[in-house]
Amino acid sequence: MSNNRSLASITQKVLMALTGLFLCTFLVVHLAGNLQLIPGMGTREGFNEYALFMTTFPLIKIVSYGLYASIVLHAIVALILTVQNNKARPIRYAKNNAAANSSWASRNMGLLGTVILAFIIIHMKSFWAEYHWGSLPLDANGNKDLYEITVTAFQQWWYSLLYVISMVALAFHLMHGFQSGFQSLGLSHAKYTPIIKKVSMAFGIIICLLFAIIPISIYFAQ
Amino acid sequence: MNLNLKIWRQSSPNDKGKMADYKITDVSPDMSFLEMLDVLNNQLIEAGDEPIAFDHDCREGICGMCSLYINGEAHGPGKGITTCQLHMRSFKDGDTIYIEPWRASAFPVIKDLVVDRTAFDRVMSAGGFVSVNTSGRTQDANNIPVPKEDADKAFDAATCIGCGACVASCKNSSAMLFVSAKVSQLALLPQGKVERTERVLNMVKQMDEEGFGNCSNTGACEVECPKEISLENIARMNREYLVASVSSEK
Repeated sequence: MSNNRSLASITQKVLMALTGLFLCTFLVVHLAGNLQLIPGMGTREGFNEYALFMTTFPLIKIVSYGLYASIVLHAIVALILTVQNNKARPIRYAKNNAAANSSWASRNMGLLGTVILAFIIIHMKSFWAEYHWGSLPLDANGNKDLYEITVTAFQQWWYSLLYVISMVALAFHLMHGFQSGFQSLGLSHAKYTPIIKKVSMAFGIIICLLFAIIPISIYFAQ
Repeated sequence: MNLNLKIWRQSSPNDKGKMADYKITDVSPDMSFLEMLDVLNNQLIEAGDEPIAFDHDCREGICGMCSLYINGEAHGPGKGITTCQLHMRSFKDGDTIYIEPWRASAFPVIKDLVVDRTAFDRVMSAGGFVSVNTSGRTQDANNIPVPKEDADKAFDAATCIGCGACVASCKNSSAMLFVSAKVSQLALLPQGKVERTERVLNMVKQMDEEGFGNCSNTGACEVECPKEISLENIARMNREYLVASVSSEK
């Protein structure tokens, strides 16, 4: 009957919480920089300058390796947890009224996470891999023109739509995940937990709404 | 009331089992859910059929024996009640009611709706106790000052009746609410401080070994718990576990 675990259930959840909350801080930084892409919010040269800084400044490079590791670890531990959880309930209920006791997002974190992972792969292929190893045009300052390939990509309706759908998945993932991370770390408090839950909802909605505005605004500005 | 029942029948632990259809007529709305099953069993016995096995004992919501996943919820619809406290007035004439056993690999079905919950006993044996000197000169517990808030929280955790509704409701069959209630109850009181570190490590280890799933913080357990045990206990156990893991020399 027993699960063969190399790590305790709680240790695995702590890993999910730590990597997840770290990825939340990344989202804020990533969003802040990319808001420059909204037409009228920044310039081509300014954005390319920013991209160069973010890929060459040593401290940010070190943090970026932590980021890649966090994404991989978050996904691998999630997979292990899911396998263990499925094993813990081999026979499903004929009738299960789960909506009576829990939110849809909280019950579908694996599904939402899979959508987000697929999105990250496509996203990194389109921009991150292109920027590092692709042949990009240069802007007026001689910097790689990441702005150009980003705007060109978002001018395709299907590509922008893919982004908007992914951001909806991310929003639901964050609405549950952000506050869930605090609970897994044992950070529960009569005064602060209700606030963390509200922040979690707001964080998921606001972050993803702002991210979604980038492709939408570029698509409609063309 | 006339009802259509879909009930899980499984003759033994190794039988594959299946949902079977039953009809029951003239059900009084004042009956408890278990009394309705008693009437059905009487009818089955009179017809020469095998009665449906289900767990029950005190029938006043305190023993934790009655289980049953009714219409997709542990202990059926309604909050803060066990199945014996569920009455037929919660249903309508002509309703179809699904009745299933708790589903978890750690709670194997013994027969029909009866599951083996001794996994909980083994978790308790691993650390759900305080070692007290019984020399005959035991200190009166009331001599040890306990802050009112702590006493209240410990008492709330102690109201857990170990029914397993948390495991049954959890999409992962996780036992975190049960184990955390037991860990919290003792961690909050001075008497529990002595074995605090070992207790949480051993109980979580046993919980994992029993094959319960992991906690996804969906909160389903808290909603379905007949004693309304708070998720705060799970956070407390996570905290206790983290501190114990770091500080333990083992």
